[in-house]
Amino acid sequence: MNFKSSVVLALLLGMAQPLHAENLPAFNLTIKDGRYSPEMVEVPADQKIKLVIKNEGPGPEEFESSDLNREKLIKAGKTAEVTIGPLKPGTYKFIGEFNPKTAQGRIVAK
Amino acid sequence: MLATAIIVFREVLEAALIIGIVLAATQGLARRASWVSAGIMAGVAGAGLVAWFADAISAALAGVGQEVFNAGIMLFAVLMLGWHNVWMKRHGREMAQEMRDMGQAVKHGTRSMTMLAVVIGLAVLREGSEVVLFLYGVAVAQQDSPGLMLSGGLFGLLSGAIAGLLMYRGLLRVSSRHLFTVTTWMITLLAAGMAAQAAAFLTQADLLPPLVQSMWDTSGIVAQNSVFGRVLQTLIGYADHPNGMQVLFYAATFISIAVFMRLYGNVPSSKVQPVNAIGA
Repeated sequence: MNFKSSVVLALLLGMAQPLHAENLPAFNLTIKDGRYSPEMVEVPADQKIKLVIKNEGPGPEEFESSDLNREKLIKAGKTAEVTIGPLKPGTYKFIGEFNPKTAQGRIVAK
Repeated sequence: MLATAIIVFREVLEAALIIGIVLAATQGLARRASWVSAGIMAGVAGAGLVAWFADAISAALAGVGQEVFNAGIMLFAVLMLGWHNVWMKRHGREMAQEMRDMGQAVKHGTRSMTMLAVVIGLAVLREGSEVVLFLYGVAVAQQDSPGLMLSGGLFGLLSGAIAGLLMYRGLLRVSSRHLFTVTTWMITLLAAGMAAQAAAFLTQADLLPPLVQSMWDTSGIVAQNSVFGRVLQTLIGYADHPNGMQVLFYAATFISIAVFMRLYGNVPSSKVQPVNAIGA
């Protein structure tokens, strides 16, 4: 029960799972200067999709959506993928936690 | 500056509340101040390291390294908290009896404090690494002058620390007869909430199925990302629309700690030998 064994467990857990994220429909999102573009992403409802979020900086940002139950830290110049859904039709808000006033967007599932 | 202060405050809040609870739970244990400080300092150092290696962590495990890392840290803290509860239940009474024997009290205190110092260190590490990255972002974007940024950060840190202090002072108002019971319950809820957060990370990483996307939605009553929502999230594991796996982890952790405390926490006081206690 030490840190090493938890790390090993985490690694095994990671490797044991096939990564099926590649086959999912992808939707792009960019963060730049504390704003998302586009600020509205339309996605199909009732199926798993992935968001491909690129942070063009400057500075790190945390994609956060309490509606979607997601939070992901993305450093400047990096791209991260976040799998979401299957979503019920509706609107799901997300923000950039480090620029919560300006970095606001929503996902509309139809 | 205010924006910086608010964001730092929100990040610091969780760790500060945990420290407040731990301080109350360890009331009377020997040398707890040094253990708590050591936990905080190790956490701060770790936060810097995690922030520095954020890219490597994110890229690990085919892009879900961040989620697995966060979940791993939280589950490890859950183990420590559960262990602490069982251990304290087992030895709390004899410790009280042996307070006159300072040597024993120090030994007992040390075991329990180590676990809680680790919990504090991990909480500071996790929240602190986000603060470091956020402040770095502010610096890079040059939104604030360095002076403003620093004062905003310090103001946020101080406000968070005050929240932790209030938590601690509030708990000390509980009569000493009930304090142990109260802190035991709080630590159990803290652990259950952390397990649920770990489950959220593992479902985000697609390593666990959510089972049910949303068990309930109380975001209209208390939004999880409000300050009050955050406090509730830390203290009782509140989530405004948790998935099924989160609820399962929460319940499983809560029940396991309760069962383990019942199974291993009770030692008939006549049979207790300090030697057994140390090996437990």
